[in-house]
Amino acid sequence: MATVEEIHEAAGPQQVRHEAHESHGQQHPIKIYFWIWGLLFVFSALSYATDFIDDGLFRWGLILLFMFLKAGFIVAIFMHMAWERLALMYAILGPPLVLLVLIGLMAVEGDYTLLTRLDFFSEPPPISAPEH
Amino acid sequence: MPQDGMSAIAHEQSPEGWRSIVTDWSADKQTFHVPWGKAMMWIFLVSDTFIFSCFLVSYMNVRISTAVPWPNPSEVFALQAFGTDVPLLLIAIMTFVLITSSGTMAMAVNFGYRGDRARTTSLMLITAAFGAVFVGMQAFEWTKLILEGVRPWENPFGAEQFGASFFMITGFHGMHVSFGVAYLVIVAIKVWRGDYERAGGNYEIVEIAGLYWHFVDLVWVFIFAFFYLW
Repeated sequence: MATVEEIHEAAGPQQVRHEAHESHGQQHPIKIYFWIWGLLFVFSALSYATDFIDDGLFRWGLILLFMFLKAGFIVAIFMHMAWERLALMYAILGPPLVLLVLIGLMAVEGDYTLLTRLDFFSEPPPISAPEH
Repeated sequence: MPQDGMSAIAHEQSPEGWRSIVTDWSADKQTFHVPWGKAMMWIFLVSDTFIFSCFLVSYMNVRISTAVPWPNPSEVFALQAFGTDVPLLLIAIMTFVLITSSGTMAMAVNFGYRGDRARTTSLMLITAAFGAVFVGMQAFEWTKLILEGVRPWENPFGAEQFGASFFMITGFHGMHVSFGVAYLVIVAIKVWRGDYERAGGNYEIVEIAGLYWHFVDLVWVFIFAFFYLW
């Protein structure tokens, strides 16, 4: 299977692409879009297939893998981020990374809430201690 | 690219890697060497990323914190087909519809830059049609769940927070798709009429509309993984 780089190299040397980018906006060989389109279909089918395997770390590893592959291809190729200058790339892709902090905080907080609920809202255990 | 002579020269001489970031940000000139419309669309998409992330993170939070079992999405979203319950059938079809529309949109952008108005217009309209199909299937899904008794405050399958998360997340995404359909149709009509030809044959607007559309597809990737497969 040809990689994205190979497809691009086949389409023309780096220099030609840069010049095209400078003068006519994002113009790339149509072949690369068909490749990514096909890959997105395959990854979607595979991530749907994970619904049929047993829950666990392996399944979640696959779900996240296919999710990031799909997201990466959409952003890099369909949205042309791979060909943008670094200043734009980092300005757009960098800030969302802080969301990892939010995810971490909310996961910890959710666990705490769950434990609190189990502690206070669940059926009281049978107590054998005297009433008074 | 509409750049003045100075920045075009600076652009060609600018170094690679981190040095290019320093030169792009430090000089008294345009930082992003893209049309302003594209830069603004990207910045809007970053803000939209945070909105959707807030929804998905709050969904994660309520799902972790509830002591009641969460409804099993494989069963809740199963459809009767081939004489058996197929899990997530409609969701899978919706996913493929949206990916197909992303592909046609990418083609439209490509033909736009080639100045092929007829193909650009028809591919954009096809993209919008796929988007409309997606929203239609989502309306079907909502109707099915509402008839089964799913409400934002209760549902017959398990944790009450399920309904609130479901309607909020998929509703906001569906709204984005609907706006995207309108956006694409408007731009497609303008391409067909030749508005951009009169403006100097500049079809960046097609790519900018495409950015929005691909983003909608991108968000669905995360919703599919976290809401339907979890």
